[in-house]
Amino acid sequence: MIGAGDGLLEALTFRAGYNTGVVMAGSAALGAAGGGVGAFLLLRARAMAADAVGHATLPGIVLAFIAAGALGAEGRALPVLLAGAALTGILGMAAAEALTRRTRLAPDAAIAIALSVFYAVGIVLLSWVQTLPAGSQGGLESFILGQAAALSAAEALGLAVAALLALGLLLALFRPLGLLCFDEHHARARGWPVAGLDAALLGLGALVTVLGLQSVGLVLVVALLILPAVAARFWSERLAGIFWLSVGFGAGGAFLGAAASSVWLRAPTGASIVLALGLVFAASLLAAPRRGIVAEAVRRARAGWQVRAARALQAGRGYPGAGLFGWRRSGRPTARGAAAVARLELWDRCLAEVPEALPAELAWGIDPLPAEALALLGERVR
Amino acid sequence: MTADTQSASPFEANGLTVALGGRPVLWNVDVRLPARGMSAVVGPNGAGKSTLFKAALGLAPVLTGQVRLLGEPVARVRRRIAYMPQRSSVDWDFPVSARDVAAMGLYGRVGWFRRLTKRHLEAADAALERVGLADFRNRQIGRLSGGQQQRVFLARALAQEAELLLLDEPFSGIDTASEAAILDVLAGLEGEGRHIVCIHHDLRTVAAYFDHVTVLNAVAIASGPPAEALGEETLRRAYDASGLRPRALAA
Repeated sequence: MIGAGDGLLEALTFRAGYNTGVVMAGSAALGAAGGGVGAFLLLRARAMAADAVGHATLPGIVLAFIAAGALGAEGRALPVLLAGAALTGILGMAAAEALTRRTRLAPDAAIAIALSVFYAVGIVLLSWVQTLPAGSQGGLESFILGQAAALSAAEALGLAVAALLALGLLLALFRPLGLLCFDEHHARARGWPVAGLDAALLGLGALVTVLGLQSVGLVLVVALLILPAVAARFWSERLAGIFWLSVGFGAGGAFLGAAASSVWLRAPTGASIVLALGLVFAASLLAAPRRGIVAEAVRRARAGWQVRAARALQAGRGYPGAGLFGWRRSGRPTARGAAAVARLELWDRCLAEVPEALPAELAWGIDPLPAEALALLGERVR
Repeated sequence: MTADTQSASPFEANGLTVALGGRPVLWNVDVRLPARGMSAVVGPNGAGKSTLFKAALGLAPVLTGQVRLLGEPVARVRRRIAYMPQRSSVDWDFPVSARDVAAMGLYGRVGWFRRLTKRHLEAADAALERVGLADFRNRQIGRLSGGQQQRVFLARALAQEAELLLLDEPFSGIDTASEAAILDVLAGLEGEGRHIVCIHHDLRTVAAYFDHVTVLNAVAIASGPPAEALGEETLRRAYDASGLRPRALAA
């Protein structure tokens, strides 16, 4: 185990060999782009559209291979395959969008339909290509689960440049995209080109998907667009914060996953990257101080206890734990206990008389009441 | 504003018919709101009031008829119109603060790529100040009370410095202090010569707050000063669900 840890450390500090370093750098660039685009896709509620794109690329890849071979060109040439992938990927997404718009289908059903049908067509084409005498299918299957270990330095550099361009475009369109995600009606009313902005965002999603096909594979590439963004959502309440955290988580998770894959696992790099991102997500889910489930459970338990204990004290009774927390001593409420009861009673009055002045996020009966609500109450009583 | 535009109707619909999902929601609506005073649109739930605004702004498809805002087709005057949607259509969990929302009113002026400067932020803060939310500028919008949330969107409309404000139920579900604050701001804006049109939910206060009322229930039933428009007969026709005229009521 110690040896493996050393190996990981070596990999993380770029001492595990040139190839590994290239793969890690390229993956990090991809992760960063996925994080950035994913943050906006999440806030626009279009995250699953990326999955539709990913799965819909398969027929395009195979068709591009066939077409290139038929034209006498190198069938395995990456740009050709990626172009085909982009074409059917975008077609798949457009199909899902059209289904949603023209029928009563909900977006998730439309995406599932487009995704599965396109993918099935791709699988059929793939198995047919394998029967052709003209060479093997040239490792087309590697696009399904990814094969980052085959990433060349030029390709990694290409990924880095594309990632920078994608992030640059997002930063340039930051405010309009933010406006679109928050309030589509207002954006439309103000004359912002909503359809164009949506197309740009989904186009960037398709770009990241196609870029990730080779290293992460089409089945898993959607994770690059969802996991960093969702993890980031746990930690920040500002749009810019979520964006940059998502970029960081994406880059860091992909970097770590690629390193781990080179050292330990025989698993494809794509899976390793997604696992690393999944760990980041799990850690965020558990540990985030405001939105994490542990913090939430503790808050809920505490709030529940406090309300029940205060009610019991109000009725002159004891409550399990009241002595322990200093709310009651020798059968009578302490100063703290009395204060809790007083606050509870103030809440009773506020909820009866000025409920509209109370923000939704406050814990009833426990949190301090906002000054404006108390002022209103004072005025009403007067 | 020239004398012409001053007296021209800021909100005029002719034969407006809107169908949503195959059902008629607005039918042959003729409305011509006055240039002065605050105007209200009232009617039962599902009467098509929100749809009237949305159709006017090009947010809902128009079957026949047309709407002119500030005397022009809406595409030409978008910059001069502020729209405040109903509270229910907002994602309160979205990661924006009160100041972020107020600043959105300035986006049209800032343009696509420029950053928000200190001057812009100060303008946003000034709008928040005017609605009494200066102390809440950094609070995420979900953590505000109903009345405060409504005031944030009003601040956004203020930051736009629009000539025409279309507000969808700005007073529903909020505390009296917020209601008074909002009314105050709106009256101030009207005094500056801007046009205020509100969808109002409360028949008991509409006569006190507004100078002109339009009663709507899929068709335009009455339009005029409250004393005229809110007669017993018109209210019966609008709100009596057993009336003979078919209603495009919500489920």
